[in-house]
Amino acid sequence: MLNKTQIAQRIAKEVKNGQYINLGIGIPTLVANYIPDHLEVVLQSENGLLGIGPFPTEENIDPDLINAGKQTITMAKGSALFNSAESFAMIRGGHVQLTILGAMEVSENGDIANWKIPGKMVKGMGGAMDLVASAENIIVAMQHCSKDGQSKLLKECTLPITGIRCVKKIITDLAVLDILPEGGFKLLERAPGVSVDEIIEKTEGRLVIEGDIPEMNLN
Amino acid sequence: MINKTIANAREAVKDVFSDSVLMFGGFGLSGIPENSIRALLEKDLNGLTCISNNAGVDDFGIGLMLKKHMVKKMISSYVGENAEFERQLLSGELEVELLPQGTLAERIRAGGAGIPAFFTPAGVGTEVAHGKELREFDGKLYLLERWIKADFAFVKAWKGDTAGNLIFKGTARNFNPMMAAAGKITIAEVEELVPAGELDPNQIHTPGIYVQRIFQGEGYEKRIEQRTVSGK
Repeated sequence: MLNKTQIAQRIAKEVKNGQYINLGIGIPTLVANYIPDHLEVVLQSENGLLGIGPFPTEENIDPDLINAGKQTITMAKGSALFNSAESFAMIRGGHVQLTILGAMEVSENGDIANWKIPGKMVKGMGGAMDLVASAENIIVAMQHCSKDGQSKLLKECTLPITGIRCVKKIITDLAVLDILPEGGFKLLERAPGVSVDEIIEKTEGRLVIEGDIPEMNLN
Repeated sequence: MINKTIANAREAVKDVFSDSVLMFGGFGLSGIPENSIRALLEKDLNGLTCISNNAGVDDFGIGLMLKKHMVKKMISSYVGENAEFERQLLSGELEVELLPQGTLAERIRAGGAGIPAFFTPAGVGTEVAHGKELREFDGKLYLLERWIKADFAFVKAWKGDTAGNLIFKGTARNFNPMMAAAGKITIAEVEELVPAGELDPNQIHTPGIYVQRIFQGEGYEKRIEQRTVSGK
């Protein structure tokens, strides 16, 4: 089973040279720490920055420089700043090539829910609805099951939807899975020490398993 | 040049009235018009509609206006960690319209740019689409979103001149430029106000035509929500 850092580490292996990438709040933000140095990528922050750099030192903290999670950041070399309308123009316009975000539920046809639990919790959709409606390549980072043990990989989402038929890949603490174009979670890899049986048991939606399922390589 | 300078925040908000529609720049607490919000809190106002990406935090920014029950309706994209906002939303005390962030930004941009409506893919198949026209273009569905305008727009810039030209810093720009254009009366507060002619015209982000009042702010707290530093 992977911890959050290891999920981020595994997702980082999906990153390709030359990509413009939007990282959501939570585990996705951690992915930045594991992108190999030899890859040249640019991280987009939806509040108006291309080129997120590392966190600042105590002396370099600037309250006018934050990421979408409101964390203090720095700018990488060659950065550009812009307003929110421009930021979402580049997102909806398909110029951001990889989107990584968290989810509460994903359905077997690629629907995602991540902004609201009716009557209990409302975080708001922020930029997630714009991102999932437009991005070609969407990877979800999440726990396979909720805290009370319910599968989050479902036939259909039960919570209010953020976007329809948009998720391409899911990386959880237990497995790496693709969403098949015809619907269904295709099991690609299992986390170290996790059996295929455990993944079957914890996946409510249609799970497709072909041949031997290799263990993930995190390095 | 037309001189738009006014003395202070109190003068800036003197004619803001109950039940009016207000816009506030900022993302989280970054780039929010702190001085104008402070001055509004001193006024006896209610029934306000506030348009802002977030609603500040419990004890700062627009969060304080929510606590004082000055606000009837919020139009935002993110509630986040503002417990009072979430509580008023869930209890129904506050009317809330949550929108995709890009839709919010574009609706405001459209309001300032004279575009009454536009189609966007964001929100198709979700509850955001309820009651909105859907149309297919090149095989994909989009929904119709209308412009938004405000009686008063409150923006915050890094530098400004007496003609109302504005320059923003870092990610504090965010919604401020679009809101400046979408306000009937736009009130800009700046960290440094200089005479017209001292800012380089090549560097202006928001031209002064959109700004009706400008003043030099004071006592900026610039609170940080998530103080993250790298290990040395």
